[in-house]
Amino acid sequence: MATLSDQLLHRIREAHRRRTLSWWERIYLPAIAQGLWVTSVHFWRNLFLHLAHRVGLFRRIPAAVTVQYPDEQRPTAPRLRTRHRLMQREDGTPRCVGCMLCETVCPAKCIYIVPGEHPDPSVEKYARSFDLDLGKCVYCGYCVEVCPEDAIRMDTQRHDIAAFSRDGMWLDIIELLHPGSRKHTDPPKKFIQLELEDFRRLKQSG
Amino acid sequence: MAEPVKTVTLTVDGKSVTVPPGTTVLQACEQADSPVPFYCYHPGLSIAGNCRICLVEIEKAPKLQIACYTQAAEGMVVRTASDNVLQGRQDVLEFLLVNHPLDCPVCDQAGECWLQDYYMAYGLYNQKFDEQKVKKSAKAVSIGPTVMLDMERCILCSRCVRFCDEITKTGELGIFNRGDHSELGIHPGKPLDNPYAGNVVDVCPVGALTDKDFRFKCRVWYLGSTSSVCPGCSKGCNIEIHDNRERGQRPHIAQGRRIMRLKPRYNPDVNQWWMCDEGRYGYKFIDENRLTQVQLRDGSGYRAGSWDEALGLLTQTLRRLKDAQQLDRAGVVLSTHLTNEDLYVAKRVFGGFGIRSLAVQPARQGSQDDFLRRADKSPNTRGAQAMGLSFDVKAVLERAARKELSLLWVFGGDLVELAGEAQAKTIADSVDLLVFQGSNVNRTCQLAHMILPSAVYAEKDGTFTNEAGRVQRIRQAVQPLGEAKPEWRVLLDVADRTGFLWEFRDAQGVFGSLASHEAAFKGLSYDVLGDQGAMLPQKGSDPSGKGSDPNR
Ligand code: SF4
Ligand code: SF4
Ligand code: SF4
Ligand code: SF4
Repeated sequence: MATLSDQLLHRIREAHRRRTLSWWERIYLPAIAQGLWVTSVHFWRNLFLHLAHRVGLFRRIPAAVTVQYPDEQRPTAPRLRTRHRLMQREDGTPRCVGCMLCETVCPAKCIYIVPGEHPDPSVEKYARSFDLDLGKCVYCGYCVEVCPEDAIRMDTQRHDIAAFSRDGMWLDIIELLHPGSRKHTDPPKKFIQLELEDFRRLKQSG
Repeated sequence: MAEPVKTVTLTVDGKSVTVPPGTTVLQACEQADSPVPFYCYHPGLSIAGNCRICLVEIEKAPKLQIACYTQAAEGMVVRTASDNVLQGRQDVLEFLLVNHPLDCPVCDQAGECWLQDYYMAYGLYNQKFDEQKVKKSAKAVSIGPTVMLDMERCILCSRCVRFCDEITKTGELGIFNRGDHSELGIHPGKPLDNPYAGNVVDVCPVGALTDKDFRFKCRVWYLGSTSSVCPGCSKGCNIEIHDNRERGQRPHIAQGRRIMRLKPRYNPDVNQWWMCDEGRYGYKFIDENRLTQVQLRDGSGYRAGSWDEALGLLTQTLRRLKDAQQLDRAGVVLSTHLTNEDLYVAKRVFGGFGIRSLAVQPARQGSQDDFLRRADKSPNTRGAQAMGLSFDVKAVLERAARKELSLLWVFGGDLVELAGEAQAKTIADSVDLLVFQGSNVNRTCQLAHMILPSAVYAEKDGTFTNEAGRVQRIRQAVQPLGEAKPEWRVLLDVADRTGFLWEFRDAQGVFGSLASHEAAFKGLSYDVLGDQGAMLPQKGSDPSGKGSDPNR
């Protein structure tokens, strides 16, 4: 019996083998005509629908494949998770214990954590600073998967991750704990290190 | 008459091994390449036999036996991987983990933890225990200036206790109470504070004892490791340098410092498994207070220069002195922190010029004991002696103070410490060019006319000769900071510019030449030194080098 690797190898060889062209394909001109046909159908269809939309007709049929974001939003899979957030304990301190597993597993290497000693020995460790560069993130969700504390999550159905600069894509620990607290014109506080008191104050000030 | 050497032959997993009498089954298994797991056994400590994970099956014995305490006997048949043994191991592991917390994410040991390793190798059971865990009192408590204890993670193997009883003989640690209330701890008011305390963290197979200096600094799986030798004293303990090898992508860790910690490396002839705390925590200078740029005096301050400029100036000065037949107006102060290679190249290059005012600065003296620490706090005094270098620094400095020198080249050492503030000033004023070549900022830097940055021991290849005459290799763990270079490399550049031709371009080549030119080092090479070093050949031994026994 062929082993799995044999089977795989066979499939790869199959895929690489060039199919011999039929006589119809070899004369070449019909293929050109076919291509022109596909292009023209789309062209005329879009032209017609765009004009019709202008005068208020056929609005429910989309004119082109292009989605007119943000006026129009494509439905996405309900499982889609995008923008990260850090979960808080009751008093506003991060639930994250700074184990650095997410930092380690992240294939884009875009998580940066500096841990500190927590005064409560049953917690022992917490993230003094936690930075995540969404500009580098590939949204694989491994960080969420690996977290032993359920401290990092990704929000559902968020498409509006955009910024005017690279720095705008950078989430510092404040922004991660309190999403949306930073104005998009403000620069991130990269690598800012916070004490437990600071976290509590942040929560109280809302 | 010598007694005939008796041996014992036994069978381990079908393989026959012959061992000297008194060998334990565990050692025999290791020799037979069927290693058994263990926690409480440590080759450097007495045998406690309390962790029970080293169970093996011995034919004709009614039950599984612990391999660490059972002596090998003639004709014994041992099995280390039978179903019984595997089941036994699994059960022992489950018992050890009964009260163990789920702390791996916050535990510094994670990644190098023997519980994790053995669970993955021999555990993988479904937990049958569903009672309440017995909580221990001490969690993240300081038990001394360098060590933190987490009692919940302790598996009571007693390795640390035996270390303090048998190796340091200070006995700070003990196991208190009984049964599942047993707790490791210190006696009230007697912290774990001895010069070798850091070793208990190394012997602890789990995360119960953690190092305050390393705590939360870096995850162990980011570390790279390089074999080297501790430069802290003339004992020359073998160490591993652990650097953050991911610092390129993770510059936020430990503020970008490169060296995270030092660990002792086994060498039966020098330090066995241990090292002292002075050496262990003496790595900070590698990333702090470093000289990283060639600097030239400019009025009362300094300006950045380039190697090209500095070497040009130096060769010019040396040439001028040579042409004017005034080479006796040049002086060199070497240091016992330099490697054999540095010292040798210095000796050859300066000797080649005909500079005679050359001396090695004697080492700083410090605390010593009859275990590892030596009073001579430099790694290579013996190397400088073996090369026949003079230690009469006073003479050189006095000549400088009497305005008899126009060039003084100081390596590493601190003139102010050596000669006192006032005389150091006088010297700096009386010579035309005071060169300081060193790795870290010291008070000489404010006096020197030219500052050359040099690489520290973790940034270069080379060898040190310890007090007993053992030549041991240090290896480059990280790149030199900034413009820093090894001293011998700079000296070769100077030699190149003045027309000497040298046949070697790396530390190994330098050592080869050293071995063939210096009688004391005859027959040695990096291959002979290997990982554990080799003794300097004795005087009068076979000059072909065959007399030097690399295994001594
Ligand atoms: S989603 Fe993936 S790439 Fe993005 S931060 Fe998490 S682990 Fe890294
Ligand atoms: S895996 Fe979770 S607990 Fe660990 S550092 Fe990341 S967010 Fe924090
Ligand atoms: S001692 Fe080992 S098993 Fe226990 S918490 Fe630490 S890493 Fe995990
Ligand atoms: S602290 Fe570590 S070395 Fe000491 S008894 Fe506990 S597990 Fe063993």
